[in-house]
Amino acid sequence: MKASNPQWRDVLASRIAPHLAAEIDRFDNEAALKKQGKLEDKVFAETRLRRGAYGQRYDNGQRYDGKVARTLTYPSANTKGPHTLWDAPGMQRIKIPYGGLNAEQMEVLAELAEEYSDGIAHVTTRQDFQLHFIHIEDTPTIMRRLAAVGITTREACGNTVRNVTGCPIAGVCRTESFDVTPYAHALTHFLLGHPDCQDFGRKFKISFSGCRDEACALAHMHDLGALAVIKEVNGQPKRGFEVLVGGGLGTVPQQAKLLTEFLPEEELLPTAQAICRVFARLGEKKNRNTARLKFVIQKIGIEEFRRLVAEERTVLAQDERWTAFLANVDGAAEQAAKPSALLQITGAHDIGFERWRSTNVYAQRQAGYVTVTVSLPLGDITANQLRKLADIARSYVRETVRTTVEQNMVLRWVSEADLPALYAELASVGLSEAGAGTVVDVVACPGTDTCKLGISSSRGLAGELRSRLGAKQWELDEAIRGLHIKVSGCFNSCGQHHVADLGFYGVSRNKNGYTVPHFQVVLGGQWERNAGSYGLAIGAVPSKRVPDTVERIAERYLSERTPGESFHAYIGRIGKAKAKLMIEDLMTVPPHDVDPSFYVDWADAREYTTGDIGVGECAGEVVSPIEFQLTACEREVFEAQLALEANEIARASTLAYEAMMHAAAALLSWRVLPLGDGPDGIAANFKTQFIDTELFWDPFAGGKFGQYYLAAHERHMAWKAGGAGPDQDATRRLIEESQLVIEAAHSCYAKLASQKAA
Amino acid sequence: MQHFKVKLFATAQDAPVHEAIAVFHRWIQESALDETLIDVADYLHVPQGPGIILVAHEGIYSLDTENGRLGLTYTRRTALDGTDEERLRQAVEAVRRVAELLESSPEFHGKLAFDRGQWEVAVNDRLLAPNTPETFEKLQPALAGVFPGKQFAHTGERRQLLRVAVS
Repeated sequence: MKASNPQWRDVLASRIAPHLAAEIDRFDNEAALKKQGKLEDKVFAETRLRRGAYGQRYDNGQRYDGKVARTLTYPSANTKGPHTLWDAPGMQRIKIPYGGLNAEQMEVLAELAEEYSDGIAHVTTRQDFQLHFIHIEDTPTIMRRLAAVGITTREACGNTVRNVTGCPIAGVCRTESFDVTPYAHALTHFLLGHPDCQDFGRKFKISFSGCRDEACALAHMHDLGALAVIKEVNGQPKRGFEVLVGGGLGTVPQQAKLLTEFLPEEELLPTAQAICRVFARLGEKKNRNTARLKFVIQKIGIEEFRRLVAEERTVLAQDERWTAFLANVDGAAEQAAKPSALLQITGAHDIGFERWRSTNVYAQRQAGYVTVTVSLPLGDITANQLRKLADIARSYVRETVRTTVEQNMVLRWVSEADLPALYAELASVGLSEAGAGTVVDVVACPGTDTCKLGISSSRGLAGELRSRLGAKQWELDEAIRGLHIKVSGCFNSCGQHHVADLGFYGVSRNKNGYTVPHFQVVLGGQWERNAGSYGLAIGAVPSKRVPDTVERIAERYLSERTPGESFHAYIGRIGKAKAKLMIEDLMTVPPHDVDPSFYVDWADAREYTTGDIGVGECAGEVVSPIEFQLTACEREVFEAQLALEANEIARASTLAYEAMMHAAAALLSWRVLPLGDGPDGIAANFKTQFIDTELFWDPFAGGKFGQYYLAAHERHMAWKAGGAGPDQDATRRLIEESQLVIEAAHSCYAKLASQKAA
Repeated sequence: MQHFKVKLFATAQDAPVHEAIAVFHRWIQESALDETLIDVADYLHVPQGPGIILVAHEGIYSLDTENGRLGLTYTRRTALDGTDEERLRQAVEAVRRVAELLESSPEFHGKLAFDRGQWEVAVNDRLLAPNTPETFEKLQPALAGVFPGKQFAHTGERRQLLRVAVS
């Protein structure tokens, strides 16, 4: 971890919004508590996940080295989650709502990639960034440096509303109904940290699309997909959304169902809130395999779900944020940095430029302007490249940059005349690769490179396919060049293989006494029409035969397709059985002594094993709100100790008292009991409901801990009414008592919860 | 100063870098280095990128083409006790040792060699070592101690890490 970590907090203090600074300070303190062994593994795991700090492969301290499973010996035996070692490298996910970035943010991402990671910033299939090989003790500093430029990692992982994705060409698209950006922005900020979104059993994904027929934001595979629609109401055009719910990929892919054909724009936020409340209430909490919204809808049916959402909507308390953003919706449009001008080609014909222009440049609906896609191989970009891109974003556009779900970045509002110069600047740092959105632009999740759940090397395979297809891409038929390939390291679908023409997901097979890396082949998924349909799984081929499999399928499609027939339609026509026959001979594995390379995965040198697969943190742990509240109380006590050490007696005393009060309030809330009016109300109700009833009762200490709280309350109130303040000794005692009260609150909760379950 | 990043340049740019995947994995099997070796990652698809990296708890080794030149880089991740010169020396010695191991690795068939006269030193911490002439000046004694008789030039643009060409 970095030697400069303690100094960053002070350096950045004036540059971070106070509420963000306080949040990160809390996380920093929780990490300190965990390091001291004062927090439970599962609670800290969910806490860090909700701040985007994820585990990474081998973080249980075990790794197969190709011969034996080896123990990785780290300096500390401490843990940062169940079976997750403190010093083991992890991943930091960074939310970029709808992929929108400015130049300064890119520069900071470059610095972080360089200083804390391995020099690479990775764009994900949800428009996030990820940094790998991060030490947990660096994460608060990373969060502070991001917060200083307006980026939060809050709710980037865990059972939360994940990054809200959006069409990367929203606002400049030729076919959209309207620009969805301000709506995506408003919903992102409305739901971030919203109390109604803190008790999910699983993650919740939202996307915004401007039109129905393009790939846009893949609405059909989201928990909540919003498609921009304009409807005539009383003779006037009215903005709204077609809302789809309950879509998802994963092991059980499901197309989203229609909630409503037209939701007026002013109803977007409250309806999303109502959906979240229904999900929090009815979603599975124990079995995470059936905890996504799609299972709720599967169970109760879309009609009943629709009714429940409508009913929930009617009981919501009015919130001015629902509509406040609408006043600025039209004023939020981006501006160009330069006047529009048409491209003038002079001098020698540059084939590289022309090819790049044919695949990476999109003519905006605003005449004379184009959007340029910067192809990032496997979503990876170096720190130097990011800085150069920041310079370009300042020089050529008004810092209007977005990431895409195809793991690229786009520069919007480029004056067409600037294309040759822009191309040359991109080329100077290796960012001028052509083929964006084509068959060579292979998408892949991290897979076995860093993911604990990876079965096969998705990135290794994707790299191999890119390399082979890239070498001959300009000789390929147009129909082949337009195909999409997506690779996931396992069935969890982070590479979105279900919505590719040719999708692959990692599996393993036992052959000849060995475990062999394979990929299941999924054909004919539809990327277009917002992930309009999912592909057919036709069988598994060894990893090393996937490139030949791609070639075989492409050749057959080319020779057998009817005029104008899409790949999706072709696969639908020939069916699963015939598609499987096409590749059956490629499903075989030669004996180990004939070709041992089949027993080693792509971009690896070790003999393959599935022994390194760990327990996924994707869903995190289901931690109830009261557990979080009690953790927050522990943090308050910790902060009280720090204040006491700094001789801030009054602050220390207040924090210690409030920690007790908040613990009492947490128990009252959990039992759905009234809190009463302020601190007096909480104390009175807690006395009646928990102390007098002996629910807050220790088998050895009896009701002593409850009395600590009540006595502290009386002293605190007397002090606030003008009485004598606490001294150092009394405060030290109070902090100790506060810690005991919180421990007793944990015990009380555990006892009552087990009684409730029984 | 902490977290030195030291690069030793290769004599030729066409070495079979991909062979480093097998070499680094073998080193993990053999515990060939004194550090806690964790994993290998392949970034050869990234132009001017980290190439192939060997991740250790204490630092990262990369056979990379950062800034367009092939070389071996060691980036210290964990903090070290001692003086600036001692910390810099640790990073330089780590590079020297790994360079020798790489040059003698059979997987490269003698096609990978390093020029011991061409180094680059950076400090991978913008707060402790801002990229300024003052920091460069402050680093001079450590540089002179580790690279006696060499010339030092402050290179790179302002947003990059403090970088010093040693020749």
